[in-house]
Amino acid sequence: MKLTGRDLACIRGGRLVFEALDFRVDAGMLLQLRGRNGAGKSTLLRLIAGLARIAEGELALEGGAPDVPVKEHIHYVGHLDAIKPALSVVENLAFWARLLEGEEVAALAGRAAIDPPAALDAMGIGPLADFPAAILSAGQRRRLSLARLLVAARPVWLLDEPTTALDTDGQACLFAMVERHLSSGGLALIATHVDLPLPAATLTLGVRQPEPRPEVEPA
Amino acid sequence: MIGAIAMLFRRETTLALRVGGGAMMGAVFFLTIVAIMPFAVGPDLNLLQRIGPAILWVGALLATLIGLDRLFQADHEDGSLDLLTMTELPLAVIVAVKAAAHWVTTGLPLVIAAPLLGLMLNVEPAALGAVALTLAAGTPALTFIGTIGAALTVALRRGGLLVPILILPLTVPVLIFGVSATNAAVTGPMAVSTPLTILAGLTLLSVVLAPIAAAAALRLAFD
Amino acid sequence: MLEFANPTRFMALSRSVLPWLWAAAAGVLAIGLVLAFRAPADYQQGLTVLIMYIHVPSAWLAMMCYAVIATSSVGTLVWRHPLADVSARAAAPIGACFTFLALVTGSLWGKPMWGTWWVWDARLTSVLLLFLMYLGLIALWRAFDDPARAARPVAILALVGFVNIPIIKFSVDWWNTLHQPASVFRFDGPTIDPSMLWPLMVMAVAFTLLFLAIHVAAMRNEILRRRVRAMRVKAASTLVPAE
Repeated sequence: MKLTGRDLACIRGGRLVFEALDFRVDAGMLLQLRGRNGAGKSTLLRLIAGLARIAEGELALEGGAPDVPVKEHIHYVGHLDAIKPALSVVENLAFWARLLEGEEVAALAGRAAIDPPAALDAMGIGPLADFPAAILSAGQRRRLSLARLLVAARPVWLLDEPTTALDTDGQACLFAMVERHLSSGGLALIATHVDLPLPAATLTLGVRQPEPRPEVEPA
Repeated sequence: MIGAIAMLFRRETTLALRVGGGAMMGAVFFLTIVAIMPFAVGPDLNLLQRIGPAILWVGALLATLIGLDRLFQADHEDGSLDLLTMTELPLAVIVAVKAAAHWVTTGLPLVIAAPLLGLMLNVEPAALGAVALTLAAGTPALTFIGTIGAALTVALRRGGLLVPILILPLTVPVLIFGVSATNAAVTGPMAVSTPLTILAGLTLLSVVLAPIAAAAALRLAFD
Repeated sequence: MLEFANPTRFMALSRSVLPWLWAAAAGVLAIGLVLAFRAPADYQQGLTVLIMYIHVPSAWLAMMCYAVIATSSVGTLVWRHPLADVSARAAAPIGACFTFLALVTGSLWGKPMWGTWWVWDARLTSVLLLFLMYLGLIALWRAFDDPARAARPVAILALVGFVNIPIIKFSVDWWNTLHQPASVFRFDGPTIDPSMLWPLMVMAVAFTLLFLAIHVAAMRNEILRRRVRAMRVKAASTLVPAE
């Protein structure tokens, strides 16, 4: 499996976020996205997840399940945690487990999904399973978000600053998860400001300032 | 896919029942509107009997729009909508399931409450049944049309009041045929089936078309 | 510490008082019912007059409940007493139920007299508005996740409603006389026979005792519910992740 982006450009709110961006991630490989704030790390991840529009260039996933859209191969964990405070912790996770699962894609992930209570245990929040999600702390919410990666098997992981709000134990949990994912043939893109203790290729965004587009240039 | 739809439906209804008594809010709003009317038109039971079905329909129309502005906004704000688009469910199906769950938790209580409130307006027994029947046939159309407004305003901070303004003109046909079917059942001379069939047709049309329009509007929110 | 001590003492006290309260309510209610059934039937209304023995005490409690909520709200706003909020919160659904009972029995009682289930007479309409105010209070409470944060906003709403009650009552009366009331039926007929008055008084006492018993029980439930919540929050924050 191989995820490639060629000559990608993205415009948000009239601003050119990045252009002429190329990258390539192979199975079992981790690409970390670095760059100053506003360089477009989050935007690139949303672009790959199909949540932002590609202005130019093309994005391709080779070796995916035929007839299944690219975005159904992808796990996306962004800044928003998609947690409903009125549901219990395990209800939140069970919902996404059912919604994100897919047989053909799971076969590609090389690793079976685990059921929600087991995933909560793996993330160290098993005892909170039946509590309302409203009472979770920021770090516990982040753990619950990351538990989504385990309950549905998808080969491509896009993680946007996943270490935010996590304590050292939570970070260790996360790195172990990513490592297992890579070793079973998955691939991952992680936007981060901290050094990941994992072998990774690096893509640095915003090295050169994008030139202002003619139409937004002041007269 | 059926399993995912059932799961989404169950989550939506659970949330509606748990969050702030959301489901009963529509029925209470309905009761309030109906209770406030006689203060404006006077306690004359003969007059209320005559305009009762109309009051019930206008009340139900406004009560259906309750909470509709939050239908997608809540999911948009917490990132759920992002993830929902990455599932096997097409966006239009997601819209339809959410609208169906919203109708079950908001519209259905109105249909059940309408005959009781009709008693307070001295509406005749024949008309009570007719109002409930026409509301059951017509309110799904209101909810589904409402999803378009909810989708258009999803990214707006203050979209709340905008939804009724956008949606109410579109609901006029439903109101016309709903009230005329009710009146036909009570006073004639038209057969009930004529307006009722048109009403059901409007509902079916909106159940099919509104999710497609709403899905198109939702996609714009992802830019 | 003081905040926690008070509910604790209340829990201990109410545990011993509650059974007696239930027993007293049941006893007086039984006496009231016997008296009511032995009271002479009204020559005009026949047996439907029996509805009065439920309706009038319910209407009385509908108002008393709101007074309890308003008093508790003062306690919440002025002294920030934790039990005051618990009391108000426990009283609201009970008040709504008695108000609903008053509305339904009023409607059932009126049906043979008016020929319709409902008339927009000043009293019934005022009670209906009271019912809506109860629903508003309950809705505002439920809109908050954290009961402690809901206490003061709800207390303000309850007091605003309390101040408004006379104004609402006056306007509704004025509106009703303006429009030539559809019915001349009145609940407080000026000539209530002593043979009916006594059972009615006993029933009023019985309903008040019943309210007290339900209220204390509901307060206990509310305190326990909050403790469970507090324990859960504590458990979640002190959780040491396995691994």
